[in-house]
Amino acid sequence: MNLTFTAEEQRFRTEVRQFLVDALPGDIQERVRLGRHLRADDHLRWQNLLSRQGWLAAHWPVEHGGPGWGPVQRHIFDEECAAAHAPTVVPFGVTMVAPVLMKFGTAEQQARYLPRILDNRDWWCQGYSEPGAGSDLASLTTRAVRENDHYIVNGQKTWTTLGQHANMLFCLVRTDPAAKKQAGISFLLIDMQTPGITVRPIITLDGAHEVNEVFLDNVRVPVENRVSDEGQGWTCAKFLLTHERTGIAGLGHAKQALRHLKSLAKRIEHRGKPLLEQPSFRQRVVKAELELMALEVTNLRVIAAARDGGAPGAESSLLKVRGSELRQELSELTRRALGPAAVAFFPEFLYGDEPLDESYATSAAASAQYFNRRKLSIYGGANEIQKSIVAKTILGM
Amino acid sequence: MDFALTDEQRMLDETLTRLVADKVSFEQRRHMRNDSKAGADNALWQTFAELGLLHMPFSESVGGLNGDGTDLMIILQALGRGLVPQPYLFGLVLPGQLLALTASAEQQTRWLDPLLGGEHQLALAWQEVAARNDAKGITTTARRENDHWRLTGQKTLVMNLESAAATLITAKLDSGKLGLFVVPAASAGASGFDYRTMDEQSAGDLTLQDVELSNDHCLSENVEGALDEVLAIGRAGLCAQALGAMESACDQTLSYLKERKQFGQTLASFQTLSHRMVDMHLHLEQSRSMTILAATSLSLSCEERDYRIAAAKAYCGESARFIAEQAIQLHGAMGMTDECPIASVARHLVMFDHYLGDTDFHLETVSDRLDAA
Repeated sequence: MNLTFTAEEQRFRTEVRQFLVDALPGDIQERVRLGRHLRADDHLRWQNLLSRQGWLAAHWPVEHGGPGWGPVQRHIFDEECAAAHAPTVVPFGVTMVAPVLMKFGTAEQQARYLPRILDNRDWWCQGYSEPGAGSDLASLTTRAVRENDHYIVNGQKTWTTLGQHANMLFCLVRTDPAAKKQAGISFLLIDMQTPGITVRPIITLDGAHEVNEVFLDNVRVPVENRVSDEGQGWTCAKFLLTHERTGIAGLGHAKQALRHLKSLAKRIEHRGKPLLEQPSFRQRVVKAELELMALEVTNLRVIAAARDGGAPGAESSLLKVRGSELRQELSELTRRALGPAAVAFFPEFLYGDEPLDESYATSAAASAQYFNRRKLSIYGGANEIQKSIVAKTILGM
Repeated sequence: MDFALTDEQRMLDETLTRLVADKVSFEQRRHMRNDSKAGADNALWQTFAELGLLHMPFSESVGGLNGDGTDLMIILQALGRGLVPQPYLFGLVLPGQLLALTASAEQQTRWLDPLLGGEHQLALAWQEVAARNDAKGITTTARRENDHWRLTGQKTLVMNLESAAATLITAKLDSGKLGLFVVPAASAGASGFDYRTMDEQSAGDLTLQDVELSNDHCLSENVEGALDEVLAIGRAGLCAQALGAMESACDQTLSYLKERKQFGQTLASFQTLSHRMVDMHLHLEQSRSMTILAATSLSLSCEERDYRIAAAKAYCGESARFIAEQAIQLHGAMGMTDECPIASVARHLVMFDHYLGDTDFHLETVSDRLDAA
């Protein structure tokens, strides 16, 4: 066994790092570094640069315009992006709906949507959760009734991330209320401009507008916008949940957060000495360091298994649970490191374009991010759901 | 980056797993506890010798099979899974590697060759009560007098002392450096006090009162670097052994939850219990990662090696205790009985932390080097 990257992989890392130095616009990098929200245009500018480089669709096979990377390269790319304060690619088009289209879509659907994802013409958002269907997603009630060559869709979706910027929605709807609950679900692609769609912001406890409610009121969707057969929506959704989840631990982000925490705790003084030398604080940083080391090797084990042809299944649940817990702990330690400086809240700076004095700017995001990171153990299947998956699929309980 | 075992390593793993299943069942282990044939004469030890296991972790230059950290991990993990009582780590690997690093050709012929040949076992005495886990802050002294040395001091927690043909002993020299000596059993002035550890291993304290040794018993007059290297090997090995025991604890607990019924249903069907089981599994997998990290760190620079291995030992120490406590709890009152197989595993998992430096000791090492990391 060995944990070292090959010379070729190290060259790749250097290449990615150099690209980030050359290409990442300074103002976007600064917004990410300070934890400020990106504007739609910031996302698009960065994703267009990635697209031009051929690196936007990291998971895609070459025949669809992907770079042909394996899991190891994707891991290196993610790590380098996080370290350079590059924005995370908005995943709903390129990493979520695209693989479903490649696997289940018709040739026409692939030809129509994939190129538009690849050059950022479409901004996709996700219509999965509903007010009454969270962890129990299959109990969703948004209804689609067939009327000649259209579906008439009625219902409400929620937690739709960045839906305010999106022009396309992929959506799970119930087409057969009589069937067993998973069997009555279909997968629709919906143009957000269609009459009857209303997007309403949800302000989360960090004061941010990231997620939305989407109301669908007699929305007419052409039948050709259904992916796979009627009643096959759950199969598409499940495929999405197990597809390429080797990055789910957020290792690059955790590493970056720990680096940031350490440099912060060296700079901040406590009784005339760096905070990092305060024993009880230091002990928690040490524990986080250990957890990160373990998580990294576990992540590499899953990546190596995927590289060698295995599909990361329930192991990704382990990564999600431990990765989210670690990132939450790091956000807690960062907030604590700042102490009194973590208390002031500047939403117009964090979420808008208001300037803020440098002395406040560097610490402005810490508490908001602490609250924002609570989502990590809830979204994508709450950690308790992940544990139930491990119990069932790995332990056979 | 590669986590796959080679064909030879897979065979080694299978052979050992089969051997442990055949020879070291729960009942057989009980019997071994009272076996009068301890040490190298033990039948299982002789089987180890026949299988080449005693040569495996040593370099070719001393007649070994050039096994690396991964080979050592495979062996100790398999032995740990079956709680095999033979002192592979403490009676063979630690003193053997120290001899390989320090001994002259004559000394190797006298002490190392018979060790690898399964003719005798040895022990390593590096710890003292007042120094706790610090290998350097010891008070045992060795003085050169004409053509011999004289050793005085007291060593504690000398694993495998009772069965050792000789014990390697660290002592402070007049130079201020750390020396290493080989003290044959029953040397005049050396007296041992043998005991069993809480987790059923053989150990003892050793008192040295003006023990006179000829020059050829001095292995090194500056052993610090070699001792660090050997303790690193030992710590990586201990993690692997504990990992095997953690696997066993998780397997046993999972089976118990699936069999045992209360309120008309299996314990596994209760979500609060199944999630505790998953927590055990998470600790197990993270410990496996840390054990791999330790096993693949042995050839790095000393700073990098010691940092990673301290992290691994601290991490596995906490995980092992967590898994032991959960295993006892999930077995209910049965888990409190000596008769229940989980008892020996739990005892080992908790006590493992005390060997070769505990979690607090290793956290301190990580903490001291945190800024550089």
